[in-house]
Amino acid sequence: MSWLGRVFWRRRIYGDLSEEIREHLDEKVEELVEGGMSRKDAETAARREFGNLTLVEEDGRGVWRWPFVEDFVRDVRFALRMLGKAPGFTIAALLTLAIGIGANAAVFSVLNSVLLKPLPYPRAEELISLHQTAPGAAGLADFESGLLLSPSMYVTYSEQNRTFQSAGVWDTGTASVTGLADPEQVRTVEVSDGVLQALDVPPQVGRWFSAADQTPHGPERVMLSYGYWQRRFGGDRSVIGRNLSVDSRPREIIGVMPRGFRFVDTDFDVMVPLAFERGKLILAGFGFQGIARLKPNATLAEANADMTRMLPVWMDSWSNGPGTNPHIYETWRITPTVRLLKQEVIGNVSELLWVVMGTIGVVMLIACANVANLLLVRVEARQEELAVRAALGAAWTRIVRGLLVESVMLGLLGGVVGVGLAYAGVRFLVTAGPANLPRLSEISLDTRTIGFTLLLSLLSGLFFGLIPALKYAGPRAPMTVRTAGRTTSMSRERFHARNVLVVGQVAMALVLLVSAGLMIRTFEELRNVEPGFTDARHLQTMRISIPDSLVAQAERVTRAQNEILEKVQAIPGVQSAGFVSEMPLEGFDSGWDEIFAEDKTYSEDEIAPLRLYKYISPGFCATAGTRIVAGRDLTWTEVYTFRPVLLISENLARELWGSPSAAVGKRLREFPKSSWREVIGVIQDVRENGVQAKAPEIVYWPTMTSDRFGPGIVGPTRTVTFVMSSERAGTQGFLNEVRQAVWSVNANLPLANVRTMQTVYDKSVARTSFTLVMLAIAGTMALLLGMIGIYGVISYTVSQRKREIGIRMALGAQGRDVLHTVLGQGAKMALLGVAIGMVGAFGLTRLMAGLLYGVSALDPFTFAAVGALLTVVALAACYLPARHATKVDPMVALRYD
Amino acid sequence: MSKDKQRDLFPGALEMMILRTLKRQPLHGYALVQHIKRTSNDLLQIEEGSLYPALQRLLREELVKAEWGISATNRRVRIYKLTPAGMKHLEHEVSRFERMLEGITRVLAPGES
Repeated sequence: MSWLGRVFWRRRIYGDLSEEIREHLDEKVEELVEGGMSRKDAETAARREFGNLTLVEEDGRGVWRWPFVEDFVRDVRFALRMLGKAPGFTIAALLTLAIGIGANAAVFSVLNSVLLKPLPYPRAEELISLHQTAPGAAGLADFESGLLLSPSMYVTYSEQNRTFQSAGVWDTGTASVTGLADPEQVRTVEVSDGVLQALDVPPQVGRWFSAADQTPHGPERVMLSYGYWQRRFGGDRSVIGRNLSVDSRPREIIGVMPRGFRFVDTDFDVMVPLAFERGKLILAGFGFQGIARLKPNATLAEANADMTRMLPVWMDSWSNGPGTNPHIYETWRITPTVRLLKQEVIGNVSELLWVVMGTIGVVMLIACANVANLLLVRVEARQEELAVRAALGAAWTRIVRGLLVESVMLGLLGGVVGVGLAYAGVRFLVTAGPANLPRLSEISLDTRTIGFTLLLSLLSGLFFGLIPALKYAGPRAPMTVRTAGRTTSMSRERFHARNVLVVGQVAMALVLLVSAGLMIRTFEELRNVEPGFTDARHLQTMRISIPDSLVAQAERVTRAQNEILEKVQAIPGVQSAGFVSEMPLEGFDSGWDEIFAEDKTYSEDEIAPLRLYKYISPGFCATAGTRIVAGRDLTWTEVYTFRPVLLISENLARELWGSPSAAVGKRLREFPKSSWREVIGVIQDVRENGVQAKAPEIVYWPTMTSDRFGPGIVGPTRTVTFVMSSERAGTQGFLNEVRQAVWSVNANLPLANVRTMQTVYDKSVARTSFTLVMLAIAGTMALLLGMIGIYGVISYTVSQRKREIGIRMALGAQGRDVLHTVLGQGAKMALLGVAIGMVGAFGLTRLMAGLLYGVSALDPFTFAAVGALLTVVALAACYLPARHATKVDPMVALRYD
Repeated sequence: MSKDKQRDLFPGALEMMILRTLKRQPLHGYALVQHIKRTSNDLLQIEEGSLYPALQRLLREELVKAEWGISATNRRVRIYKLTPAGMKHLEHEVSRFERMLEGITRVLAPGES
């Protein structure tokens, strides 16, 4: 019979057993009576020989029971009844737990989705990013993306490797799509052969690019993302085979990628193949991200070794043109450092997430300490009940188990409510989280998160349940039924556990508050950094690209851009306008190259440091509020007459000539054979790659130059960011007027990245502000919980000491003395907690050093301020119960119980 | 704990005796305990009641089965019968017991050391 069956049949079994035993006794009695005994004596004798009737019946039934489960169910029912009987306690404990568990579940779901879950590709653990560093290539070295791959490198890597199943390169960009509705700027991703094979996600409709689509001059093809397909074509499957005009070139649509497919960590609209012309490839052109799928069982180290082996092959196979030395790249010390694609996607966010998880975990500990304190009070009140149960023969394990079941039930109920809170919390995080948090769209509450929450609820239930259970019902607990209700004032012993918990809470709160304080200091420091523009709120930016399919003639491009400037300057409220190849913090990259100074000598076989090249229009600096620290701005005449002039950044001026003013009038050139250009101005340093990142050395070129790429060849900057300074920046009406102004110049121009610099700035510091917000929330929770903890303990102490205080006051103690005694007790705990917390924070804050800027992880000011704050708050929490103590009426207190 | 000591000489002994007795013929509880007491010459001090939990255990393990019937003295009784599994279990237990007994006897036997 299955155990389930047993549960149902049990009633009958028990009936049979009782009847059988009755019959047994009857038979025995009758036999004895027949033997001549009186019926009364016979009954007694039968009973005596039978043994303990109840026990026999109980044991007999016990055989059929499922003792563990059934005892457990009974414990659970008892626990729920006890919780229901004390609604005040239950609600307080549940709320505390729900908030703690909910916050933990929410943060864990983020951690899980971002760090722990594999990327959404088949066998994602085989995918790697072909990352490489080049410590010898100054200027490129501090790029987060390392040294990107050149097309020739891709060809060598993809054809000569021994460790990849497939490999390819890709890049992101924008393109304008025309012919559907309004001209639209779309996000593109360009992929070489091997990339889709490596990612191995089949298309939803149609097919992948084939090798034939990757040949130059071949048929031009395009693939769509699911979102773009839905948005522009309503998910129409017959779209395959139709043409889409990308950058004014018709491309045949051959496939649609499935829903949720993201390219590494970028969303895109259309995917176009990279078609390299093999015969024309040179060594240089390091502009592509490499991706590969490792052969099964190949390791990262093997891939690195493989690539290291291929680098000389690459240098031997290609050249930079006649007369150049291909082995010059040996001085770059190119070192493959491939990493898992997931690592690449996650980037530096893992430290942030672990810090947040850690702090939220500490909040949970504080919450548990509070609940443990509540439980201590409650169990103490039930001491008599427990003593009675012990006296009636209950084993201490049984009583402890009952108490634990009760606290675990609390934990689980808290967990259930917590999951609800976490659901809301995750939605909050996804909307309020930093836009640059990777994999944001993948965040959800999955089974692993639910499992984590369950485990956390169970463990926390056990944790805060064990303290009171072992203290009051453990093997050595004094389980005596108290003979008198009169208690002596207090033994140190009785308050010890509670005091320890409060000290721990204060210490943990201090650690959290110090971390939050350090983030606030970091944020302050960041606000003091000059990013390279001023009055960001009133700087409107937009990005416009003029492809050569739209305006072929080079000079006309600059004229059109100049015309746009004039039109937008005519809009009411616009003070000035200008354009630049990219604004600081925007994350675009116009290119890096060497620069040679006339009065310096350079050795032959050495590659000079690479400098960021930017291209500006006259008036740009004044508009953006970028200071010209020496010399003067560019003029339109200089642009149109191709005067050989340049501006450079302050740090480059200092590096080359010692001071900005010394740089004005000096001459520079790009290649050994190009003509010299005069430095006419020096521009303040700008935080190109982020507010926290070092300002790079920059060469500012006029937006249009001649003779740089060959005699007489005019090079305009086709993609630029327009900047307008206006009080009306960001308003809808203003934007409409700006659009009209642009379209009055050329109706086919799409506008992209229309935003104010404030948005760009906020995005750039989003990681810091997100950490700040999270730590501030955790710190505030810790402070509140700690306050409640101290308040609870002090007021409980006061209520227990009423008699003692009454006696003292009857003997002449003043209210002031009582106040001091109670406050003193609180102060002692607070100070001890602060001291322990200081030591803890000392060790722990260095873990978050990577998140800090301009402030030491051991910043004495923050430590001192937080310590003082916490002490004051703790004393404030003691004050109320202390005041209460002074109001004790000796008569009432002594008449008590 | 103390009740276990009273119930049995060693765990399983009572069950073994029950099975052995039922092998001879099906019996009801009262008759069973009387038979065991009688055959053991009352040397084993068995509390009559202790039989019932043991019978319940055997029922649960499906080594015996029980049916309500009418006894020779015309009472409604539950008659226990050995099942094939019970038969096998008994053989196994008896041989185990005999080996144990032999071991103990050898150790206890005087003069052979």
